[in-house]
Amino acid sequence: MPAMEMSNPAALPADWRDFVALTKPRVMSLVVFTGLAGLLAAPELPPFVLGFTAILCIALGAGACGALNQWYEADIDAKMRRTAKRPLPGGRMGRDSALHFGVGLAVFSVVLVALTTNWLAAALLAVSILFYVLIYTVWLKPRTVQNIVIGGAAGAFPPLIGWVAATGQVAALPLLLFAIIFLWTPPHFWALSLFVRSDYAAAGIPMLPVVAGVESTRRQVFLYTLPMAAAAIAPWPLGMTGPAYGIVSAVLSAVFLVLAGRVLGNRATEPAGMGPEKKLFAYSVFYLFALFTALVADRWLPW
Amino acid sequence: MVTPEDEVIRKRQRERARVMAILLAAFVILLFFITIAKTGMNW
Repeated sequence: MPAMEMSNPAALPADWRDFVALTKPRVMSLVVFTGLAGLLAAPELPPFVLGFTAILCIALGAGACGALNQWYEADIDAKMRRTAKRPLPGGRMGRDSALHFGVGLAVFSVVLVALTTNWLAAALLAVSILFYVLIYTVWLKPRTVQNIVIGGAAGAFPPLIGWVAATGQVAALPLLLFAIIFLWTPPHFWALSLFVRSDYAAAGIPMLPVVAGVESTRRQVFLYTLPMAAAAIAPWPLGMTGPAYGIVSAVLSAVFLVLAGRVLGNRATEPAGMGPEKKLFAYSVFYLFALFTALVADRWLPW
Repeated sequence: MVTPEDEVIRKRQRERARVMAILLAAFVILLFFITIAKTGMNW
């Protein structure tokens, strides 16, 4: 008997797959990748099992953020097409289950990383979870158009945590990696928010295209791409990476700039005409993967 | 008498218990290897 036919589906014990969905596995994959890149770019590596545990904890911390975000925003998610089928708005899970799962996962990930690597990595993981949940989800997102600009810091922590888990200390390169993701977040999210603007408007989220309009958002996407590209290339001239990373990051950033330029030149106001925005959004995900792959390759391959 | 609703609940509980058992077993194995790595034993 399918759950939909039950008198009260939320009263059922939730399916374990819905707990997995609560962790936002697709977002988690990017977080795991950047965390792993931070760890592998470090000058010294921990024993394999400790490095694995550090990355596992970063993943679990990201999962906790996803669960607590969905717990807090269940009513908002119900109003948006993109999120209406998530476990909570879909009625497949009780809110308390999501809250307990999220808090449990957060505590578990921080304690485990503290016991296996070091307290600085654990503190950074705890700060990133609290920042995402309290500063971004609860405070900024429903209140200000700057939500994803400041909130982007939460997603920028993983490479820093990966590096600190390996070395026990903060250095200039992981701070630059932090800056890259921090500056990458606005063009990435604003490209998305341009073509799902009506969703955000319906849910009352003050995303830039809803508040300032499409033209202004396109300008901001292009403007944020400039410092992002500078930060992405910076490790090379600063002597933190080799020319292989420098060349790859320059080419990747040049393509990003071209695509952002096309977004700037687009005049469409309906999602159907927002091909450049969709392309930039898809490319921005590839960009981050490729950039961090180049960083690790530059560190390990004998050029 | 077991109703169809009870059956769905039991099925969910069994599945969740199985997943929990797998995760706990994986965690125990992970803790074992973490202990080996932290104590610096080489084997």
